[in-house]
Amino acid sequence: MSRFSAKKLFAGGNGDCLRIDKGAKTPDFRRRYVIRRGRLPMDKAHKILILDDDNDWLELSREMLAALPSRPEILTANTGKRALALLESEPVRLLICDLKMPRIDGLQILSIVRRRYPELRTVVLSSLEDEEFRSRAYALGVDLFWIKIEMQRNSKLFIECLESLLGRDDETGFRGIQSKSLMDIIQMECLSRSSTVLRITRGPLIAKLWIQDGELIDAEAEGVRGEVAFRRVLSWKSGTFENLPAEPGRERTILKPVNALLLETAQDMDENAMPATPEAVEDAAHRKTVWKLAQLTRAGAEFVIAIPAEGAGEPEALGTQVVTPLVQWTRHAAAIAYRLGERLEAGPLLQAGGQNLERQVLVLSLNERLYLVGWPADAGENLLEKSRKLIASWDS
Amino acid sequence: MGFLKRFFGSRASVQQLPAGTVTVDRHGHIVASTVSSTYPPSLLRDIGADVLALFREARAAQMPLAEISLQFGSLHITARELRGGAIIFLLPQTALLPTPTPSRP
Repeated sequence: MSRFSAKKLFAGGNGDCLRIDKGAKTPDFRRRYVIRRGRLPMDKAHKILILDDDNDWLELSREMLAALPSRPEILTANTGKRALALLESEPVRLLICDLKMPRIDGLQILSIVRRRYPELRTVVLSSLEDEEFRSRAYALGVDLFWIKIEMQRNSKLFIECLESLLGRDDETGFRGIQSKSLMDIIQMECLSRSSTVLRITRGPLIAKLWIQDGELIDAEAEGVRGEVAFRRVLSWKSGTFENLPAEPGRERTILKPVNALLLETAQDMDENAMPATPEAVEDAAHRKTVWKLAQLTRAGAEFVIAIPAEGAGEPEALGTQVVTPLVQWTRHAAAIAYRLGERLEAGPLLQAGGQNLERQVLVLSLNERLYLVGWPADAGENLLEKSRKLIASWDS
Repeated sequence: MGFLKRFFGSRASVQQLPAGTVTVDRHGHIVASTVSSTYPPSLLRDIGADVLALFREARAAQMPLAEISLQFGSLHITARELRGGAIIFLLPQTALLPTPTPSRP
């Protein structure tokens, strides 16, 4: 039985009435919000492509999805080759893909479609109950991962998830409630006097806000707690959030009323965005550099170089004096790797790196900038995750 | 075997990913390979040339590397430097690969 059963009605930014259910627990949507939208006219019906090597399953899925409220057109393919041909010829909105298939498996197909059709929504529907595959699929950017047996048991929620995916537009904001900023979401939780833990994710960064009886009592983000953490979270521009069960025993670190905090943070953000005097600009830049150096030291990295596209600004380096040769190598390495990936049809480049006896380096791409991160040779494991966090906190 | 292909050719729109090990010398020539012989040799040579270029340019940037790894969505390439040449490991990341099971105490 679901821990959350309350249903709320909110008016969306475009005047539509959205019904938001705090959904039942599932492996993927857990307690995220599900938005239901109205039915599309028949001439604008979306197309859903189901790819599976099991013809019986295809037929079963076709019957089930034909009953979706928006009445989408259902296409099916039993091989990856056929699916790619259909995607080439039809404007498909959503691809539902199996993983284990002969010749070309689902992960290969997903990596190809992610590159060729970035707007396509993708759902993995597999019988493989393995976290490894789940994380690989999410790393490829799929929107949902469902186990077939779970889908059969909980078909109503599955249908709702698909309906939500079909209706979702490409807008900035926090996934779950469109056109709402994080400030709005926090205010909604506080106004409704609810007790919950908001878990907010922005790429590899994770933050938590503890709300008890409508009052913000604690925040945790990027290794800090309290008001500082709350201000950091509010500076994030986009992300996803979910409601976790309340933790009544949580120690209180934030004593100010949430509205006062929101106001102060909004003022700070405005001032930082438009510094009034040259001294203020210089001061803000200095504070930013010191903060970034502190982040670098705390993470244990040797150096970070942020490299914009050619002609789009100067590289920014901290922790190294050898900037120009490293920038050239990074740009060239990324170009070689992208070109190689295209020729091999190996999917998007997730990371590039190298190591010698003294250090390890990682090349990552984020927001149209390349980053070269240097770590000592004995920096331990999970360097990719650590580098992503470091870069994401810089970027935010 | 392959009789019909002589007449009709092979027109697969999606190529298979390479799996195996390739050793290249300092000039980019393939010395040894365990990759399937059906995989286009020109693509293997391209991989070798690109990997050697990465090692060479890292040396020029005062950051000599002993190992380079490129992780794509569905292929992992790891290369170790071998006296100017390189040994390159090509590992497709597919759902059919066995995944390591975490050891239990």
